[in-house]
Amino acid sequence: MIIFLTYFSLLIAFVAIVAKVFKYITTPEHLRWELYPVPHEKGRSKYGGSYFEELDWWSKPRRTDMFNELKEMAEEIFLLKGVYRNNKRVWKSSFPFHIGMYLSIGWLVLLLIGAVLEGNGIAVSSSAGVIGRVIYFATLIFGYSGLILTGIGAFGLFLWRISNSEQRIYNAPADYINLILFDIVILISLISHFTVDSGFSIIRGYVHSLLTFSTVKSIPGIMELEIVLISLLIMYIPLGRMSHFVAKYFLYHSVRWNDEPNERGSKIEKSLMKLLQSKVGWSAPHIQTEKPWIELVKETGDEQKTD
Amino acid sequence: MSKRPTKLKDISKNTERLHTILSGDLPPLPYPYEDWEDKPISEIPESKRKGKDISLDGVMNLSVPIPKTEGEKAEMVAKFLSGLRKLLTQENNWTFLEPFLLSLDNCVKCNTCSEACPIFEMSGRAEIYRPLFRSDILRRIIKKYLSPTGKLTAKFTGADIDLNWETVARLAQLSYRCTLCRRCAQACPMGVDNGLITREIRKLFSQELGIAPAELHKEGTVKQLSTGSSTGISPVALMDLFEFMEEDITDRTGMNIKIPFDKPNADILLLHNAGEFLSWPENIEAFAIIFEMAGINWTLSSELVGYDSVNYGLFYDDIQLARVTLKHAEIAKKLGVKKVVIGECGHAHKAIMAIGDRIWLDGVNIPRESCFATLEDLILNERIMIDPERNNFPVTLHDPCNITRSMGIIQPQRNIIKKICPQFREMTPHGVNNYCCGGGSGFAIMQSNNFPDWRYQVSGRKKFAQLLNAFTKEEIDSKTNKYVCAPCSNCKGQIRDLLTYYDAWDKVRLLYGGLVELIVNGMTDVREGFLEWEFH
Repeated sequence: MIIFLTYFSLLIAFVAIVAKVFKYITTPEHLRWELYPVPHEKGRSKYGGSYFEELDWWSKPRRTDMFNELKEMAEEIFLLKGVYRNNKRVWKSSFPFHIGMYLSIGWLVLLLIGAVLEGNGIAVSSSAGVIGRVIYFATLIFGYSGLILTGIGAFGLFLWRISNSEQRIYNAPADYINLILFDIVILISLISHFTVDSGFSIIRGYVHSLLTFSTVKSIPGIMELEIVLISLLIMYIPLGRMSHFVAKYFLYHSVRWNDEPNERGSKIEKSLMKLLQSKVGWSAPHIQTEKPWIELVKETGDEQKTD
Repeated sequence: MSKRPTKLKDISKNTERLHTILSGDLPPLPYPYEDWEDKPISEIPESKRKGKDISLDGVMNLSVPIPKTEGEKAEMVAKFLSGLRKLLTQENNWTFLEPFLLSLDNCVKCNTCSEACPIFEMSGRAEIYRPLFRSDILRRIIKKYLSPTGKLTAKFTGADIDLNWETVARLAQLSYRCTLCRRCAQACPMGVDNGLITREIRKLFSQELGIAPAELHKEGTVKQLSTGSSTGISPVALMDLFEFMEEDITDRTGMNIKIPFDKPNADILLLHNAGEFLSWPENIEAFAIIFEMAGINWTLSSELVGYDSVNYGLFYDDIQLARVTLKHAEIAKKLGVKKVVIGECGHAHKAIMAIGDRIWLDGVNIPRESCFATLEDLILNERIMIDPERNNFPVTLHDPCNITRSMGIIQPQRNIIKKICPQFREMTPHGVNNYCCGGGSGFAIMQSNNFPDWRYQVSGRKKFAQLLNAFTKEEIDSKTNKYVCAPCSNCKGQIRDLLTYYDAWDKVRLLYGGLVELIVNGMTDVREGFLEWEFH
């Protein structure tokens, strides 16, 4: 039965992430609202400069530095640079939590690879061939370090949320429960693997069953509990704020670093021209509702209703 | 007054006041102001309130009428909810829908924003001024009242704010306790922008309920669109001002300069904040001297709105923002100029260049440039000659948020100052990390009721501390003349008011002004002494 729960949770997680991406990707072109420094500004990003600093900037080719943007993204993703710079107290817990999550995702991927290998007759164990051994030991390293770091980070974040009186005002029960849930899942997983599956072979077998839609071999009770909890967590993460990794991409690329200038006849201009045909429904006295933007914004002076 | 920390739910309570600012709670100022005693923020008597609500903090810069009946209260709440729904729809809010949704959905409540906010810090960490306080109230209202499962999960998700008229009235006032400097957004590791959320709240009140500060709306954009300028200067009065300024140039420099206006097909249309015409005409005169001496083919406009680059719509209303900036665009097109150059006004830079980038479409997409880029070219390429010795006094530079953090124009103004002022002192921090003057988002022009007290003591306090810290103790003690270069009309107004309130000209010889005044003061072709060391 638990295999159906895992399928279901994976489906829910997939749908929730796709829905989130869809929500942001389908929003219309917006007015510019960038915030400097913008890392792709070649030669200027260090001090927060932009092409607006140049004389006749529109007549010159734009100098961008995509390497620097990727470097900034990598530092943000893997080192949590922004949190480190502006909130070291949170970074001390948030960093192990995030690194632990990345390693745990790596662990799941390695389990998947191991399951595929085993399905194709390549053994994955400490005494297997080179590939099988590499995957085996990598799974051990990623699995245990990922679970332990995530657990430490989640516990640290929980302590920070509960001990800081300024912070408590803004916390909802969900904020504590999210972190407690992480620690419960990790604790059960560690107990399970330390006691019955230290080499991750049983769980690799479970992943193989997932991949091949085959019957799950009998697994110990503690591991069943682990799988149920991990499945619930996989389903829960994308439904809450913890899936902010999706939104962060848009927050940075669509808003904060979006300094793309509009040129005559550009794609941006075409979509803006379409949006200007939308009818405005605002009700304040200075706005005559149900007129298209394009008409409304050309009205001035006496045509305006004011209070 | 109880010291119990204000909770989010308190916003809905029927109490006389949510927070009272006490002088003793405000952080001390640096040398030589350690013993400075602020006067208490004045109370507004009932007779002056005229049925308006001030139950947030007793400060008034927005007229929110107190409903007289239960029916009126319910109507106000219903209108607020209707506006909130519109904020979340594509047709009504395509202008900022994506940034707004992203900032609403993704705050992890780490409070990193709070430490970056000068208002929160300098209020003595008053909870109501925390950037997260106002944003989270809005989030919780949306969750509870506009999401299908909101009321069911309210306890679990924290969406347990009651939406009543007190909440609505206080949220409106709260949206005018932030200068939209976006320092919080810069610090946010997620990229969430509390400044934008604040502006969206202002927008909701203006575009749906017709509630906005008179200085921004009735006396601001409405007046500008109907009479030409929010200062009230009409095209006829403008002619007199040109005449006065030409005479003043002759008096100050001995030069005869004709200020060009409405010249067709000029290379540059220069747009000034009209506040300069009335309060700092020397800024307009300095631009005229520089452009004429450099042999530039330039013009001003005398058409309605064309002589005032101000666009207060940027601070509170997208429709008004678009109306004003489109007028600017049409005037530039009509004159047939090659490019528009924005004078020393931060928010005009942002409205015309960055925001305008997606409003000046098609036929009116005329190139726009910052005056700092134009001036840097003239100075660094020695198209005008400068003797830095004429500016041999300590100078510090204020960075207007709209020009730096929101547009990335950092170096040109520095390159100029470094070339013409031998005693340049950087503030800490500066550039994109600057602190707001405390007059941002329209605050500098709000002079009514007791709001100026709040502006001097709370929102401007960090900047005043920064100004003092920019100079050495010896420079402060020696009482040598020191210059705060504030190349933005609104910032200049706020800094003037700060220096006046703190008596800084008499106490520490701090004078303020723009950048072009320093340039002309150093020009070898101009008679010495363009800068008059008199406080006004």
